[in-house]
Amino acid sequence: MKVRAQIGMVLNLDKCIGCHTCSVTCKNVWTSREGMEYAWFNNVETKPGIGYPKDWENQKRWKGGWTRKKNGKIEPKIGGKWRVLANIFANPDLPEIDDYYEPWDYDYAHLQNAPESKAMPVARPRSVVSGERMQKIEWGPNWEEILGTEFAKRSQDYNFEQVQKEIYGEFENTFMMYLPRLCEHCLNPACVAACPSGAIYKREEDGIVLIDQDKCRGWRMCVSACPYKKIYYNWNTGKSEKCIFCYPRIEAGQPTVCSETCVGRIRYLGVLLYDADRIEQAASVRDESALYQAQLDIFLDPFDPAVQAAARAEGIPDAWLEAAKESPVYKMAIDWKIAFPLHPEYRTLPMVWYVPALSPIQAKAEAGAIGMNGIIPDVGSLRIPLRYLANLLTAGEEAPVKLALERMLAMRAYMRAKTVDGEIRQDVLDAVGLRLDQVEAMYRYLAIANYEDRFVIPTSHREYASATYDAFGERGGCGFSFGNGCSGGESRVNLFGGKKQTERKAIPIRVEPGSK
Amino acid sequence: MSYLNDLLFGVYPYIAGTVFLIGSLVRFERDQYTWKAHSSQMLSSRGFRRASNLFHVGVLVIFVGHFFGLLTPPAVFHALGISAGAKQVIAIVIGGIAGVAAFIGLTFLVRRRLTDPRVRANSSTMDIVILLALYAQLTLGLLTIPVSLFHLDGGNMLKLMAWAQNIVTFDGIEAAAVVADQGFIFKLHLLLGMTIFLLFPFSRLVHIWSVPVGYVRRPYQVVRSR
Repeated sequence: MKVRAQIGMVLNLDKCIGCHTCSVTCKNVWTSREGMEYAWFNNVETKPGIGYPKDWENQKRWKGGWTRKKNGKIEPKIGGKWRVLANIFANPDLPEIDDYYEPWDYDYAHLQNAPESKAMPVARPRSVVSGERMQKIEWGPNWEEILGTEFAKRSQDYNFEQVQKEIYGEFENTFMMYLPRLCEHCLNPACVAACPSGAIYKREEDGIVLIDQDKCRGWRMCVSACPYKKIYYNWNTGKSEKCIFCYPRIEAGQPTVCSETCVGRIRYLGVLLYDADRIEQAASVRDESALYQAQLDIFLDPFDPAVQAAARAEGIPDAWLEAAKESPVYKMAIDWKIAFPLHPEYRTLPMVWYVPALSPIQAKAEAGAIGMNGIIPDVGSLRIPLRYLANLLTAGEEAPVKLALERMLAMRAYMRAKTVDGEIRQDVLDAVGLRLDQVEAMYRYLAIANYEDRFVIPTSHREYASATYDAFGERGGCGFSFGNGCSGGESRVNLFGGKKQTERKAIPIRVEPGSK
Repeated sequence: MSYLNDLLFGVYPYIAGTVFLIGSLVRFERDQYTWKAHSSQMLSSRGFRRASNLFHVGVLVIFVGHFFGLLTPPAVFHALGISAGAKQVIAIVIGGIAGVAAFIGLTFLVRRRLTDPRVRANSSTMDIVILLALYAQLTLGLLTIPVSLFHLDGGNMLKLMAWAQNIVTFDGIEAAAVVADQGFIFKLHLLLGMTIFLLFPFSRLVHIWSVPVGYVRRPYQVVRSR
């Protein structure tokens, strides 16, 4: 047993209101740079929909994630090592910029500079890739917002597999949910495996997956290998970039920007302990539908003295072990089993988990429109098809999702009975296998969702993150320097073609004649 | 003329070689963030795959061919029973095929870089300079083939080999003397070749240093400890 710790995340989709605050704050902090205009480390999709980039869940097309070979070993779906190298001159599985969207800006200055004319001046769009006028914007981030675009297009959604999807195209039967997505910081990341340069790595101390920007050579195999399409090629710098899980904040004990700013309080951050020796075995199980359980099995119980001793032997600090006991992620994913990994069938063992969304059914159920199971509405008749959620979260296995939804409904029924009717309905809890203390905690974490409960992040220790704490190590560094970054000097010219990342190329505004 | 000849073929190789090696080292050491292949496949992929593969494979064959062809001492292949004439024919055939493949690919890539609005807008001056230099060099190389067909005895080739071998054994004066009576196209090809070495550290060509051969032996997962 080799114990490792990771800061995991849970998103409670039941409470996501799709406000995109996470995406926007993330973008402002990390990707508001040239070459990254199209990249959203965090984005919120409306499901059902084909998502961003288009059709990302279709791994027959993009070849993301891992595939299990006949001999029981796994290799990246884009191919083994020789195959990856053979494709190095031109990657056959690389999305084009149009698969995301062509990023644009508007000629806002034209509103002030326009010559006198009979018509109102307008700010017309311009591509920030080519600098040319865009006559029509064909696609954008979140083009399918709140069931935008026609159902025929949205129904290409991969998660409709084995769902009779036609009836959901009817207005009366339609359903939707939000899916905020970010890098999963997987236990078995396919991007790391596919990187020919070895520039992508997982940090041992907190599990954050990072790209070494100096070592990246821009072979762009990671873009294809990541099944979540959460690695973005920056065409300006020629390097790939990805969500960094706000590691400078995490090291200081603060939540990520997306979590901190989430107005719906749907995000949770906490420590999970897992057995690193069993990663490969868990990722290689034969049945895709068994992957969720296999991943659950490699998480370790932070209350088990044997686990604690093994963790201490690995040098994991006591603060982390204490945090692991308080971890909201552990509670939701392992204790209550209401959170699930996104697309476990990709075999990457993702570490950002999701609580499935309930549909607005209570009133309808009480009106007798849908079936009741005791005092709990029957989850089989929920508006969002169970199979759809299962395709998203458990590789099609419906039972765990069903139990999770029932537990969430049971919590509501229990609390309602307790606060409105003043009675303790133990029978409701027994029906879904919850204990009294569990349901009280569920209520506290899901409904109240206090800041201190949502984010249990131990600060890094000196020995963990010496760069943060040790000024000695920074002495020869070149973190916040002027001039050309590490090379010093004040000159704007870089012999090697390097450009300052803090400067943006402004698109020159042309006053176009003939607009009178 | 002898002075100019000495400068261009006896001294310039060392200037270009020094800038190539030290420049690469300095860039790797001081500004590794700029060290990359800088692919533009993502901006425009139509027809790119075929062209890029043709170009890269062709150019690699040509590079390896030049490397071994120029630097193998004549005694070695004579010992293997290959005459100078036979070696020249082999070089013409393999180099010709690879050259044509690379030429087809590079023609597409040059056109793409100059005319595709997305790629053009994101090309630096050096990107265009180095691409045109390679295109010119490839064209010159292909033009030497019809010239060589007139003297298939390998004598001319032996002189070019002697030049390269004199250069790497630090005998610049002798090297310059060997190629003094070479044809114009051959001389231009040599000069442009050295110039590409000179520009190498300042262009995207540095990605050649980073051929990821280590990937094959590496375990899939990389974990960095604190």
